[in-house]
Amino acid sequence: MLENAWIIPAITFVSFWIILFFGKRLPRGGSEIGVAALVLTFVLSCVAVFQWVDRPADTIIQPVGASHASADEGESPAGGHESPAAGMDEMEEGHSLGMRVVPAAAGGETDVEGEAEGHEVEPIRAAVDKSTTWFKLGSLEVKAGIHIDGLAVTMLFVVTLISLLVHIFATNYMQGDVRFTHFFAALSLFTTGMLVLVVSSTTLQMLFGWELMGLCSFMLIGHWWEKKENSNAAMKAFLTTRTGDIGLLVGISTLFFAAGRTFDIATINAAALGGGMSETALKVGAAALLVAVIGKSAQFPLHTWLPDAMAGPTPVSALIHAATMVVAGVYLVARLYGVFWQGFDISAGGANPIAIVGGVTVVIAALLAFVQNDIKKVLAYSTVSQLGYMVMALGVGAWTAAVFHLFTHAFFKALLFLGSGSVSHAVHSFDMRKEMGGLRKHMPTTFATFMIGSVALAGVFPFAGFWSKDEILLGAGKNGYEFFMYVGLVGAFMTAAYMTRCVYLTFFGEYRGHGHPHESPKAITVPLIVLAVFSVGAGWLNAPFLNYWFGEVTRNETGVMAGLSHHPFEIGAALVSTVVVLVALGLGYVLFFLDKLPTGVTQRNALARVGYRILDNKYYLDRLYTDWIVGSVKGAIAKAAYWINQRVLDGVVNAVGVGAKRLGRWVYDTIDQGLVDGAVNGAGTGAEGAGGALRTIQSGRVQQYGALLFGAATVFAFVLAILAV
Amino acid sequence: MENFEDIALSTAVFLPLVGALLLMVVPRENEGAQKLIALLTTLATMGVGIYLLAEFDYAASGDTMQFVVNRPWIDVISSRYIVGIDGISLPLLVLSMFICVLVVLYSWNHFPSPHNPKAFLALILLLETGMNGTFVAQDLILFFVFFEVVLLPMYFMIGVWGGENRQYASIKFFLYTLFGSALMILSFLALFFKGGAESFAIADLAQSSSAIAHGTQLLIFGGLFMGFAIKVPMFPFHTWLPDAHTQAPTQGSVILAAILLKLGTYGFIRIAIPILPEAAVSWAPWIGGLAVVGIIYGALGCLAQTDLKRLIAFSSVAHMGFVMLGIATLTDFGINAAVFGMVAHGLITGMLFFLAGSIKDRFHTLELSRLGGLLIKAPKMGWILGFCVMASLGLPGLAGFWGEFPAILSAYNPAAGVSEELFRFYMVVAAVGTVLAAGYLLWMFQRTAFGEPTEEFSHEPIPDMQWPEYAAWVPLLILILVLGVYPNLLFGITQEAVQHVVSAVGG
Repeated sequence: MLENAWIIPAITFVSFWIILFFGKRLPRGGSEIGVAALVLTFVLSCVAVFQWVDRPADTIIQPVGASHASADEGESPAGGHESPAAGMDEMEEGHSLGMRVVPAAAGGETDVEGEAEGHEVEPIRAAVDKSTTWFKLGSLEVKAGIHIDGLAVTMLFVVTLISLLVHIFATNYMQGDVRFTHFFAALSLFTTGMLVLVVSSTTLQMLFGWELMGLCSFMLIGHWWEKKENSNAAMKAFLTTRTGDIGLLVGISTLFFAAGRTFDIATINAAALGGGMSETALKVGAAALLVAVIGKSAQFPLHTWLPDAMAGPTPVSALIHAATMVVAGVYLVARLYGVFWQGFDISAGGANPIAIVGGVTVVIAALLAFVQNDIKKVLAYSTVSQLGYMVMALGVGAWTAAVFHLFTHAFFKALLFLGSGSVSHAVHSFDMRKEMGGLRKHMPTTFATFMIGSVALAGVFPFAGFWSKDEILLGAGKNGYEFFMYVGLVGAFMTAAYMTRCVYLTFFGEYRGHGHPHESPKAITVPLIVLAVFSVGAGWLNAPFLNYWFGEVTRNETGVMAGLSHHPFEIGAALVSTVVVLVALGLGYVLFFLDKLPTGVTQRNALARVGYRILDNKYYLDRLYTDWIVGSVKGAIAKAAYWINQRVLDGVVNAVGVGAKRLGRWVYDTIDQGLVDGAVNGAGTGAEGAGGALRTIQSGRVQQYGALLFGAATVFAFVLAILAV
Repeated sequence: MENFEDIALSTAVFLPLVGALLLMVVPRENEGAQKLIALLTTLATMGVGIYLLAEFDYAASGDTMQFVVNRPWIDVISSRYIVGIDGISLPLLVLSMFICVLVVLYSWNHFPSPHNPKAFLALILLLETGMNGTFVAQDLILFFVFFEVVLLPMYFMIGVWGGENRQYASIKFFLYTLFGSALMILSFLALFFKGGAESFAIADLAQSSSAIAHGTQLLIFGGLFMGFAIKVPMFPFHTWLPDAHTQAPTQGSVILAAILLKLGTYGFIRIAIPILPEAAVSWAPWIGGLAVVGIIYGALGCLAQTDLKRLIAFSSVAHMGFVMLGIATLTDFGINAAVFGMVAHGLITGMLFFLAGSIKDRFHTLELSRLGGLLIKAPKMGWILGFCVMASLGLPGLAGFWGEFPAILSAYNPAAGVSEELFRFYMVVAAVGTVLAAGYLLWMFQRTAFGEPTEEFSHEPIPDMQWPEYAAWVPLLILILVLGVYPNLLFGITQEAVQHVVSAVGG
C-alpha cells in the first residue's frame, strides 16, 4: 500500500464524481458512495500504517555534516532488504546536495544548543517515494509523486478515520437537507484535497491539495447559500486563506529556484539543511510560507475566518477543524521543516516568528473563547488556540510534539464538534445560554463523550491531550524557549477554564430551552463513542510506557538531518502542568458551577469594561478587515480606479476624438467653406453646415479620427527618421 | 490529396471565406441552410485543425516552421505569401477554429437583434479567416493584412448587432486598434528598410535586425508595442475593451475575448521579441510593470462594476496582465505560461461571456443588483458559472492556474539583463492580484448565483440550459478541466517553439 498510496486520494476523487453525477438517482442520495469510499480508504490507510510500522528501520541518515545517506525504495516493506540509494533522481540529488556541502554545514551549532553530547544516530524507516513525469515546462521536467513516511501515514490514518466518522454522522445529521447529495460530493472532494496534500512529494502538488480544500471549504461553509451571512462566511474563508496564499505562491517560487529548480520537497529540505540555499532565499521562503500558514491554519492575525466558518453544517466544522483544512498549514510546516528550521534558525532558541505567531494565537484565541455564547464558536476559538499550540511547538523545535498534538487534537476536537452537533440536533440551536443547560440528563451518551473530549482538550491526565501538550511544554522548556513554555501553561490554564464554562452552560444547571431534548440516534452516537475511545487513549502512543512509539514511527529524514532532539517524559514538568489545569478546573467550577462569577464587574470597573468590549469585538480585527480594508478596496479604491479609467484614461481617448472632430469642423468651416468655398456659396453655407454636422455624427468621425491617427503615425515616422540616421 | 500538407494551412485560412461567400448566395429566408453552411464550414475548418494536430511533428526543433508554403505574392514590395506554424501558433490556431464552431452552434437560437443570420454568420466566418490567417502568416505584410481583416467584421458585429451604445463602442474599437496598426505598419516598414532585409519574411527580418542601431531598435519596438499592446489590451491602452465587450453581442464578446486579444500577445511572441530581442530586454521592465499594474488595476475596475458583462470584460485586463508578465520575463517558463494563459483565458473568459449572454437572454438584464439566486432559478447554469469562476480565479486543477502560477514563478527569475529585483517585486504584486481576482469573481458569483432571486424574477419561469448551450459549453468545460489536470497537453506543444524564441534573447 505504501508504494501505491496515491490510490487513497484517487478513491475519494472518483467518489466525488460518482456522487456528483449519479448521487441523486441513488436510494440514499449518494451518501452510500461517500461512506463506502471512506471505509475503503480507511482500510487502505490502516494497511499502510501496518506496513509502515512493519517496515524495518534500516536506513541511517546522518545529521547534517555526516556522510552517509541511503534512500531505500523497498518494494516489499516486509522483506527488509536495503537497496542502497535506489531512489528517484530527485531523491539522490537531494541527498547528494545535503552531503556535498557537508563541511560547510552548520550542524555543529545544532549540537551546541541541543544535546551537547551529539546525536546517537538511530536508523529510521526509509520514506517511500514514487513519481512520474507530470509535464514539461520549458527545459524543466516537473514530476508528480508520493512521499510516504511516518508523518504521511499518520495523517492518512487520521484524515480517513475522522472523515469516515463525519460521513457516518452526516448521513443522519444532514437527512432531509436540500442539497444532501451535493453535500456528500463536496465532503468527498474535501477529503481528497487533504489526502493529496498529505501524500504529495512536491510543493506544487501540495498547492493543489491546499487550494482544493479552499474550494471545498467555500462550497461547504456556504452550503446554505440562500442566506447572505452564510455566503459571506464562505467568501471570508476563501478570501482570507487566499490572502495567505500570496505567501504560498511566493514561497513555492522562491524555494523552487533556491533549491535548484525543483518542487521536490525532499530536495528542498535537504538543500535548506545542507546549506545549499542562499540565506536570503531561505529566509524569504520561510517567511512567505509562514504567511500561508497564518492564513490557512487560522493563526493570529488572519484567524478571523474560522469562527465565521461555523455557518457551515456541523459535520463540516468537525472535518475542517480536526483533520483537514486548518491543519494543512501545520502539516506544511512539518513537511517543509528543513526550510523553517534553517530559515528561522530554530535551533538558536529564544524566539522566532513561528513561535511568536503560535504563542500569540494560543493566548489571544483562548481569551475570545470565554466570551462566546455559541457552543460552536467556543470550539472554534479553541481550535485556533490549539493550532497556535501546534505552530508554536514547531517554532520551538518540538517537531514530534507538534505532530503528536495534531494527531490527538484531531480526535477530541472532532468529538467535541460532533458532540455539539448532537446537542444541536436535540435543541435545534447552538446558543448555550438560551437553549441549553441540564442536557446531561437528556443526552447521556453525548454528555459522557463530550466530557471525555473536554478533559482531553483541557489536558487532564491520562487523556490524550495531556500527553501531547506535555511534550510541547517540555520541548519549549528544553530547547531554549522558556518563555513559550509559560505561554503554553497560560494557554492550558485558559483552555481548562473555558471548557469548564462551556460544559457547564451546555450540560449542567437547568434546561433553558423550550423543546424536548432527546438523545441522538446511533449514526450520531457511534462516531462519538469511537472518537471518545481515541480521545482517551491516543495520547498513550507516545507515552514513556509505550516507549515513545509515536515519535519513533514518525521520525523522518528531515528531522534526523536537522538533528531534532527528543526529551523524555519528566514527572516534574507533568506535575506542574497538571496542577495548572486542576487549578483552572477548580476555578472554573467555583465561577460557573457554584455561580460565584462576580456580576457587574464590567459595570464597576472601567478596565474590565474596556477589556470585555475588546474581546466582544474580537480585537476589532473584523472591523479592520471587513470595513476598512475590504470596504475601502471594494469601495473607494475601486471606485477611484474606475473613475480614473473613465475620466482620465478614457477622457484622453474621447478628448482626442472630440478634438479631431472640432479640428475637422474648423477646417471644414473656416478653410474649406469659409475661404475656399465661402465666397462663392455664401448663401448655401447654413444648410451645408447643418448637413455636415449630421454627417459628422454618422460617419465623419471615422475619417477624422483616421486622419488624426495617421497624422500621429507620421509624426512617429519623423521622429524615427531624425533619430535613426 | 497527396499534397494536402502543402495546402492545409491555406485551406484553414480561406475555407471560412469560401463559406462566407457561399452564404451570400443562399436566399435570405432560408435560415436553416445558412446555419448549416456556417456550421459545416467551421467544422470542416476544424477538421483541418485536427489534421494539423495529428500531423504536426511535436518533437521537431522549435526553429523550423511546419506546413510551410512560400510563394511569390507582391514582388514590388518584396512581400511573399509565406505561411507556416510552430508550437506557439498551433494551439492558438486550433483554439480559433474550435471557438468558431462553438460560436456558430451557440448562435443556433441566439441571434441577436436585428437578427439577419446570413450576415451575422458571414461575419463570423470572415473573422475566422482573419484570425486563422494572422496565426499562420510568416510575412509581416501578410500578417498585417490579416490583422486588419479582423477589424472590419468585428466593427460591424458590434456596430450592428450590439447593445444600446454600439455606435460609440464600435467606432472606438475600430479607431483605437487602427491607431495601433498604423504605428505597427510603420515599424514593419522601418524594420525592413533600416535593416535592409531581403523581404518581409519574419525569418529574414530577424536576421537583418541586428544591423539597426540600438536606439532605433528601441523606437521600432515601441511602435510594435503600441500596435500589440492596444490589442492585448495592456493598461493604459485598454479603455476600448470594456465598451466593445459590453456592447458586442454574445458571440462577438466570445470571439473578442477568446481570440482577438490573443493577436496582440501573439504578436509580441511571434514578431516583436524574435526580431528585436535586444530591444525586448530593454523594454521588458516597462512591459512587466504595465502588466502588473494591469493585474491590480483590472481587478479594481472589476470591483467597481455593476454590470456582469462589463465586469468580465475588465477581468480580461487583469488576466492578460498575467500573460504579459510571463512574456516580459523573456524566459521559457514565462512564455510557456503566457501561451497557456492565452489558451486558458480564451476558454474560460469565452465561457464566461457565453454565460453572460445566456443570463441576459433570460433575465433581460446584467445589472448585478437585479440578479441573484441563479442557482435556484437555473441550477445547472449556476453551477457552471461557479466552475468558470473557480477556473478564472486560477484554481489549481483547472486551466486558469497554468497561465497564472508559472507566470508568477517565472517572474522570480527573469532573463539575463532584466532586473531581478524589479521582477521579484512584480511577482509579489501579481500574487496580490490573485487575491483580488478571487475577490471580484466570488463577489460576482455571490451576487448572481447565491441568495434568493430578486422580487421581479421570483415568479418568472427561467429555463435552464438548452441544447445549443450544452453543445457549445460542454466541450469548453471539459477542456478547462483536462488542461488543468494534465497541462502537458499544451506545454508539450509549445515548449520547443518557446525555447527557440527564448534563445533569440539569449536565455
